[in-house]
Amino acid sequence: MNFQTHISVRNLNVFYSGQQALKDVSVDIPDKKITAIIGPSGCGKTTLLRSFNRLVDSMDGVRVTGEVLLDGENIFDPKTEVTSVRKKMGLLSQRPYPLPMSIYDNVAYGPRIHGTRNKRELDRIVERYLKQSSLWEEVKDRLNSPASGLSVGQQQRLCLARGLAVEPEIILGDEPTSALDPKSSQRIEQRFMELKERYTIVIVTHILRQATRLADYVLFLYLGELVEHGPAEQVLQSPRERLTREYVQGTIS
Amino acid sequence: MPARKLEENVFKALMVASTILILSTLAVILVTVAVKGLPAMSLSMVTQTPKGGFYLGKEGGILNAILGSLYLAGGATAIAIGVSLLVVLYLNVYAGPHSRLASFTRFSFDVLWGVPSIVYGAFGFTIMIYLGLRTSLLGGIIAVALLILPMMSRAMDEVIRMVPKELFDASYSLGATRLETAFKVIARQALPGIITAVLIALGRGIGDAASVIFTAGFSDSIPYSLLRPAATLPLAIFFQLGTPIPEVRERAYASALILTLIVLAISLGARMMTRRFTKHTVK
Repeated sequence: MNFQTHISVRNLNVFYSGQQALKDVSVDIPDKKITAIIGPSGCGKTTLLRSFNRLVDSMDGVRVTGEVLLDGENIFDPKTEVTSVRKKMGLLSQRPYPLPMSIYDNVAYGPRIHGTRNKRELDRIVERYLKQSSLWEEVKDRLNSPASGLSVGQQQRLCLARGLAVEPEIILGDEPTSALDPKSSQRIEQRFMELKERYTIVIVTHILRQATRLADYVLFLYLGELVEHGPAEQVLQSPRERLTREYVQGTIS
Repeated sequence: MPARKLEENVFKALMVASTILILSTLAVILVTVAVKGLPAMSLSMVTQTPKGGFYLGKEGGILNAILGSLYLAGGATAIAIGVSLLVVLYLNVYAGPHSRLASFTRFSFDVLWGVPSIVYGAFGFTIMIYLGLRTSLLGGIIAVALLILPMMSRAMDEVIRMVPKELFDASYSLGATRLETAFKVIARQALPGIITAVLIALGRGIGDAASVIFTAGFSDSIPYSLLRPAATLPLAIFFQLGTPIPEVRERAYASALILTLIVLAISLGARMMTRRFTKHTVK
């Protein structure tokens, strides 16, 4: 599979609370594809994902060595402005966490902090991204009601719209469907399939079938080490490594 | 009856009795203040300053103390809100809720919380001398602000610590700074709890006598300057109760009734505001 690299991880080590969560990980994440990070619980999937937008910074006593290059720039460089790195990525967490404000303000939050003040411009942004996350029809008549009143599935789509509204290049998903019912999960997956035309998508998932359905590229992590990575078909159907094979077949979990 | 069943019943009875004790204490206080205060209650109590003798006043009212208390508690609360909010946001958003600094600060607030209010009065008085201030409304505001700061900060800290970490991450991942996250998201999520903290502290501040006795002093006139002494309701009650004149002592209960009603209004206000502001919070 030929691809352009969007995020390039070089010898990344992450330590926190006396443990090494990631061990010398080096990998290239392809541009405008869906990359799935798979592996058993506690293998460092989420830590790797959170390294991309430097959310690892907010963990207590964390230490990072190595590089994550985004468009050729090391995001862990002290000179890099962390807010501008994060602006390039939208994050969907395991459970949706809408901000404590209205539906409208949730989507407008990002654009506002990045300087968009014009009301008409904000209206346009809110409508556009609520449509892209296929929530618009359900909420257009109650944009000013609290976001906490939405169902969990709707909240996750709201979080997607909120992330898209800052016009990122990358969408990060940390098991983004794990709290959702099958119908809502399906809708999120459909959105991902459409969005990969324009965005690089990286998701952490523990559902192998989800990885099979969505992923173009797969990373398999085990105990903080990147065991295998490659095109989805190859890693999931004919893994080279014994560990990957055992995980894919369900012998280890 | 088997022993376990007996145990169950005995403890349940004790629990019910304790609950009744608390509720009846509240009821007895309210009834006593109302029964003793109502006869001396009149419109002039709340619309006039004392007349007929230096702060004992058989006639007139205690408008000086009502306004004095409201100004003083209002001023002290305003200062305490500013300081508390900055402290707890710093600890929870910048320093980290589990940092050593945060634990130490929390411990310090707990110690300060336990300091008796007369000590704040004496401490406030020392500061006033240092600043060249005389007994005044401003002096009282400073002393009461110091008194209520620890409880307000601790109460705010508790609610902000309850904010899920994921909400911080949600805001950060959109490229928000810590400051934006602190004020636009975290403070907002914790708003109902913050309001409760503020109003509890306000209620405590308005009812405290010991901290204002040296610092705010007392005056028969309506407070008109930050630098002049000001009357407060707790001191008005104290002075009225201490006189040998029965009519004035009766008026003390009317003053107590007024103070109780103000505190009650603050608590009810706290409840209503809390309910109103929970609209947007995320569960």
